[in-house]
Amino acid sequence: MKPQMNSIIALALVALLAGCSTAAKKGAGADVEDHSLGAGGVETSGAAGTSSYAGASLTDPNSPLSRRVIYFEYDSDSILPEDQELITAHAGYLSAHPEQTVTLEGHADERGSPEYNIGLGDRRAQGVKRALELQGVAAQQVTVVSYGEEKPAAEGHSETAYRLNRRVEIVYVGY
Amino acid sequence: MKPYRHTLLVLLLLLARPAYSDLTIEITKGMEGAIPIAVVPFGGNDTAGAGQENVAAIISSDLSRSGRFAPLPDRDLVSRPSDIAQVQYQTWRMLNVDNMVIGKVNATGSQQYNVQFQLLDVLRTKQLIGYSFAASGSELRRVAHHISDLIYEQLTGEKGAFNTQIAYITTTGTGAAKSYTLMVADSDGYNPQTILRSNQPLMSPAWSADGRQIAYVSFEKKTAEIYLQDVGSGSRRKVASFQGINGAPAWSPDGQRLALTLSQDGNPEIYVMDLNSKALNRLTNSPAIDTEPVWSPDGRSIVFTSDRGGSPQLYRIAAAGGQPQRLTFDGKYNAGADFSPDGRKLAMVHGEDGAYRIAVLDVGSGLLRVLTDGTLDESPSFSPNGSMIIYATEAGNRGVLAAVSTDGSFRQRLSLQAGNVRAPVWSPFQR
Repeated sequence: MKPQMNSIIALALVALLAGCSTAAKKGAGADVEDHSLGAGGVETSGAAGTSSYAGASLTDPNSPLSRRVIYFEYDSDSILPEDQELITAHAGYLSAHPEQTVTLEGHADERGSPEYNIGLGDRRAQGVKRALELQGVAAQQVTVVSYGEEKPAAEGHSETAYRLNRRVEIVYVGY
Repeated sequence: MKPYRHTLLVLLLLLARPAYSDLTIEITKGMEGAIPIAVVPFGGNDTAGAGQENVAAIISSDLSRSGRFAPLPDRDLVSRPSDIAQVQYQTWRMLNVDNMVIGKVNATGSQQYNVQFQLLDVLRTKQLIGYSFAASGSELRRVAHHISDLIYEQLTGEKGAFNTQIAYITTTGTGAAKSYTLMVADSDGYNPQTILRSNQPLMSPAWSADGRQIAYVSFEKKTAEIYLQDVGSGSRRKVASFQGINGAPAWSPDGQRLALTLSQDGNPEIYVMDLNSKALNRLTNSPAIDTEPVWSPDGRSIVFTSDRGGSPQLYRIAAAGGQPQRLTFDGKYNAGADFSPDGRKLAMVHGEDGAYRIAVLDVGSGLLRVLTDGTLDESPSFSPNGSMIIYATEAGNRGVLAAVSTDGSFRQRLSLQAGNVRAPVWSPFQR
């Protein structure tokens, strides 16, 4: 069946993406994981406040924070298990830096009605926002904007392009 | 009657001033039973005037573009009368032509013209209608479209929509160099004029009912905002800039209110804004995506897209609020509706088996009919006389506009020479 096929390809892609950064994560991973375990709600925002980790990692290409795009299945806003680590890393950084704000840019592939796709992009970005908030990020640190199908990351009309376009981009304000 | 089935390539470039034409129109599905008509090149003392529009060619192209008429090819015009006294009806009858159009363009001064035309019934050998117009050189195209409207109405009993405009969005370039423009052009694609240019996305243009203003979504501030722009003067005002989505603007038929989508309360909901007071009335309340509101022509209800039932479908709600009722049940994807001017039909994007096509729902019977055969068709918009639907599609890896007759029997494609074209909306009748 076609949807299953799609999921397999998507999973393979995600695995591939995850694989790229696995090695780099080890060093910084501890702080992030500590934080996520302790983060039951907003009040735990200080949990990951070890400044040594947070210092230069936003610009460090080896940091898990350098991964700022989350991909989605067709017509779905579920964050894939493979991306939980990425969310946790960003949540850790943001709760350690309450002055830092991010914009979550939600996107959809080009199929279907443009304004409905704005809705889909918004739903994806809102989902990421909730996930960040659950891990201690303050609501006012996160702004959501949906571009729907208006700003594709990949041009073209193939499933490959569509997969790259169904995404949420985490944009650090000022970086 | 000669079936009009073959694919006909109408290169408007050849017919008039090249500087004015960026669009070519290709008829991709012909109509059986189109009415044969002879549009004879106009006579008069200024047929070769510099810069003058070829009035007869514009009329012929209009009639052909409607899908309802099959103008005789130029080479089959056995004679070129411009006076009724010169018309030998017998000859035209032998060509199976029921009707013919003759006329004259006379220069009356510098850039001033008198255009006269007569529509003749070949079988009954008499004039059906005849008018004369004074026009400047720059008004000649409009006069030609107006003549097409008169002919169309006389022969079909339905108002013509040739003297109208379309608005659409073009994108050129890629990545950071991408440029977005909001354009207004004649309904045949001529006289394209840029009314807004931005390096951020523009979306969802919508005409006010009087045709004087266009509402649209602009991301120029890196967030969605809704503006209302005066088409003539270019002046504009921002009406919605709330947190989150500000999308899908739709004018009420009385021009006093704007239906729109806002997500300020956490997820997309339909609101109605009073344009004088800016007061908002929220119509929907569901955790689903509610968006793409359109007003029924009587202004009493609003149809919108919602995935509250698990997949995007069309729903109808009273404009004052109430319980929404689901309208579409065929397939897993029905979104982006537009009401026909008589309120009896809804055009929409219908998704099935990975293909997104334009379909029309008969509101009374609930019957849904798919009209197009593309895979990425979107943004349907009815012509003000309800006879055609313009929409965005994909051809040769580019976004192009296409139009289909409301019964699906006739289709054409309008291609810009460069860039992508999207989000077409047909203007109301000119006032």
